[in-house]
Amino acid sequence: MIAHADTIPKQRHPLIAFILRWLLTTNHKEIGTLYLCLAFLLFFIGGAMAMVVRLELFQPGLQFTQPDFYNQMVTLHGLIMVFGAVMPAFVGLANWLVPLMIGAPDMALPRLNNFSFWILPFAFILLLSSLFMEGGAPNFGWTFYAPLSTTYGPPSTDYFILGVHLMGVSSVLGAINVMVTILNMRAPGMTLFRMPLFVWTWLITAFLLIMAMPVLAGAVTMMLTDRHFGTSFFEASGGGDPVLFQHVFWFFGHPEVYIMILPGFGIASQIIPTFARKKLFGYHSMVIATIAIALLSFIVWGHHMFAAGMPLAAELFFMYATMLIAVPTGVKVFNWVATMWRGSITFETPMLFAIGFVIMFTIGGFSGLMLALVPADFQYHDTFFVVAHFHYVLYPGAIFGTMAAVYYWLPKWSGRMYDERLGKIHFWTATFAVNLTFFPMHFSGLAGMPRRIVDYSIAFADFNMLSSIGAGLLGLTQILFLYIVVKALTSGEKVTDAQVWEGAEGLEWTLPSPAPLHSFETPPVIEPDDAHAAADKA
Amino acid sequence: MTPKGRRVIATLGQLCSIVLVIFGFSHAALAQVFDMREGVTETSQRVQNLHHISLGVCVVVGIVVFGAMFYTMYAHRRSKHPVPAKFHESTPVEIIWTIIPTLILIGMAVPATTVLIEIEDNSDPDLTVLVTASQWKWHYQYVEPDIGFFSNLATSQDAINNLIEKDETYILDVDNPLVIPTNQKVRFLMTSGDVIHSWWVPDFAVKQDAVPGFINEAWTRVDVPGVYRGQCTELCGMNHAYMPVVVEVLPEEEFDAWIEDQRVAAALAGEQAVADRSRTWTMDELMPIGEEVYISQCATCHLPDGAGQGIRYPALAGSEIANGPVEGHIDRVMNGVADTEMQAWAPQLSDRDIAAVITYERNSFGNAMGDIVQPLTVFEAR
Repeated sequence: MIAHADTIPKQRHPLIAFILRWLLTTNHKEIGTLYLCLAFLLFFIGGAMAMVVRLELFQPGLQFTQPDFYNQMVTLHGLIMVFGAVMPAFVGLANWLVPLMIGAPDMALPRLNNFSFWILPFAFILLLSSLFMEGGAPNFGWTFYAPLSTTYGPPSTDYFILGVHLMGVSSVLGAINVMVTILNMRAPGMTLFRMPLFVWTWLITAFLLIMAMPVLAGAVTMMLTDRHFGTSFFEASGGGDPVLFQHVFWFFGHPEVYIMILPGFGIASQIIPTFARKKLFGYHSMVIATIAIALLSFIVWGHHMFAAGMPLAAELFFMYATMLIAVPTGVKVFNWVATMWRGSITFETPMLFAIGFVIMFTIGGFSGLMLALVPADFQYHDTFFVVAHFHYVLYPGAIFGTMAAVYYWLPKWSGRMYDERLGKIHFWTATFAVNLTFFPMHFSGLAGMPRRIVDYSIAFADFNMLSSIGAGLLGLTQILFLYIVVKALTSGEKVTDAQVWEGAEGLEWTLPSPAPLHSFETPPVIEPDDAHAAADKA
Repeated sequence: MTPKGRRVIATLGQLCSIVLVIFGFSHAALAQVFDMREGVTETSQRVQNLHHISLGVCVVVGIVVFGAMFYTMYAHRRSKHPVPAKFHESTPVEIIWTIIPTLILIGMAVPATTVLIEIEDNSDPDLTVLVTASQWKWHYQYVEPDIGFFSNLATSQDAINNLIEKDETYILDVDNPLVIPTNQKVRFLMTSGDVIHSWWVPDFAVKQDAVPGFINEAWTRVDVPGVYRGQCTELCGMNHAYMPVVVEVLPEEEFDAWIEDQRVAAALAGEQAVADRSRTWTMDELMPIGEEVYISQCATCHLPDGAGQGIRYPALAGSEIANGPVEGHIDRVMNGVADTEMQAWAPQLSDRDIAAVITYERNSFGNAMGDIVQPLTVFEAR
């Protein structure tokens, strides 16, 4: 990434020129980098909050925090990881990769792209500033159930509402941009069914974002009017219904879960074929399975609310619909295994993270299936079993997915190679730490430990101590990752070959390394290969 | 899978069990640590059974899928398998691995549906208890006979602050447990006075949210007498962790005796209240009672030294209300502040306790009003 000298007047002070360049950039690669840097910064902030939580839970009793501050940490950890780390990281990857993969010169709406990024720092300043306000930060969990968040919320809740609105605007604008780019900017010959899986998963994610985020905006707007303008959407004493909030929230919340995993599916579907040196098995069924998961995600929200008081018929419907998601998800896992089957596999760091993704995500999928069974859910619900479940889905899914992507495409982005030995150490310590942190949570949950509690019965002490030790180690692995990336960027071995990985396929590998700031100014022409031609005919 | 692969897995399984036995774990001990609780009701046992079925299915599927993955990682790595195969599509295979999981899921849905239909049958209860949650306590009201009481955390602040040893029932102990009889279908009607809470007893497999303005139903039938403990499971504010559920299950005849005791106790409390308000109390009498009430009811928010915690839990030391007209102080304690954690204490505490705690607050933490609130004053303010 070289500064574009001719766009910036020469007489400016270099620092001002630097700031203006990044503030005003409309280049998809630079905006992608901004997104990834912001996501990584917020990942550290959200992670530090998780460290506070695990430190407090290291032993029963109150050690380091007071209950109200603990609740603030739990709340902000969730909000920042979901809206600040995972989602911007995926948007950053989309910015970098979608134009390269479809042979487009840039995103379709470059100024909008700049705008949707620069909303985010302000959104998170608003959210994080609440920590320093009288009454403290939001303390009602990232799910902000009414009336705890409306009638009983701290004054800073209004900053939270505004922050969520801004994040939503950013996400919707980003999603529109991705969608328009994919649908209109493909190079000649790049038919929909020749697009790489990562592009497909992001196209579907963009639809989910546009469907789901306005619903979240509706939820926080109703909160705002309940708090200040005398409405009673969620206030029973005024004729409203607190459970309505949960319906609205989870109608957003469940698609949101897939927003945070589908691009990860796409990443695994790019990386596994490369290092298995074999085409992705079942390309079409992968696309169809992703669409099926996305559609099903809109009719399963009730499974978050089985204990909220739901009629039998609704419980049965949501149970069956939820179980059904296991089918397309299973198809994806089977396809990845079949891709590796009788390949010629090597285990570079991106491949290790992709395999770790598949295995541990599947474990999270298993516990998700168990949670779908309503009678058993009455025992699992709101316990650490659920915490174990969604961290198994999100950490190996979203975080391992993003890290696999960074290792895989960093040489293309920067023209420099990461340290393979350190990458492998990172993978193995992270995998060990993830399992040490989150696996014992299954057992503390089954033994009866509710989630979001600052203090617990001594019966759960051993499992919590293990989780806390694992969490500390997991925190350290992030510093190792930062070191590996910085080392690669500053002193990594130079990559000169366009084809960084011998088995990699796709347009991005036809560009020189590092990819020039402006690429595909003349669109490439995609020659249908035999396989796709055959598939097109079929 | 090849015979060799099977041998490897069998050996691994044996190794695992040998290691566990060496470390002195019996099957029962392992189940206690790693399994869902069996509980003491037919429902809880059927739920545990369902857990075993779904876990078993997941383990078997996991062994097959992960086994295939590890096998291919081993057998098809480049050093052993330098030339990759070319295949990348097979419609029959895709159909097979769509249909087989669907059949497995149907197999799991059948028992889940059966158990669920049973759980949702709230009809024909022998006894009904109205459970009302509030921050951070439960109130139990028996519909017939007319008995009701609050159930507060009984664990001391010293144990929470690590000043004394924690016991087995740490933060799972209450002053007044819910008491129900064995072998009767007990129906719970759940609601809440403020935010959403959730009433959970793992040994009954009953978990139901208490939602303000709405009534949810659940039921249980316990065969084994004993004391069963659970917690609030829906984040309900600052002291969510300190809101235990304790249920004491008594044999039917003992339960009847307990009901009788409650009736007698209620009558005695009435007489005591009359006696309390018919005499004048001294500061020395009220202060120790007030301190006791303050520590058990008020100190979690306002802190033992009255310093408070920011604007949401204001300081009592030097506060306008504790140092202002006594009528305002009585009104604040008895009626609370709507839509905040400050509850109305009039229904929860006796005249004597309210009088004592107000007297204590006006004459502690550096407040020195010197006035005494009499139980009669509180009675008249009701």
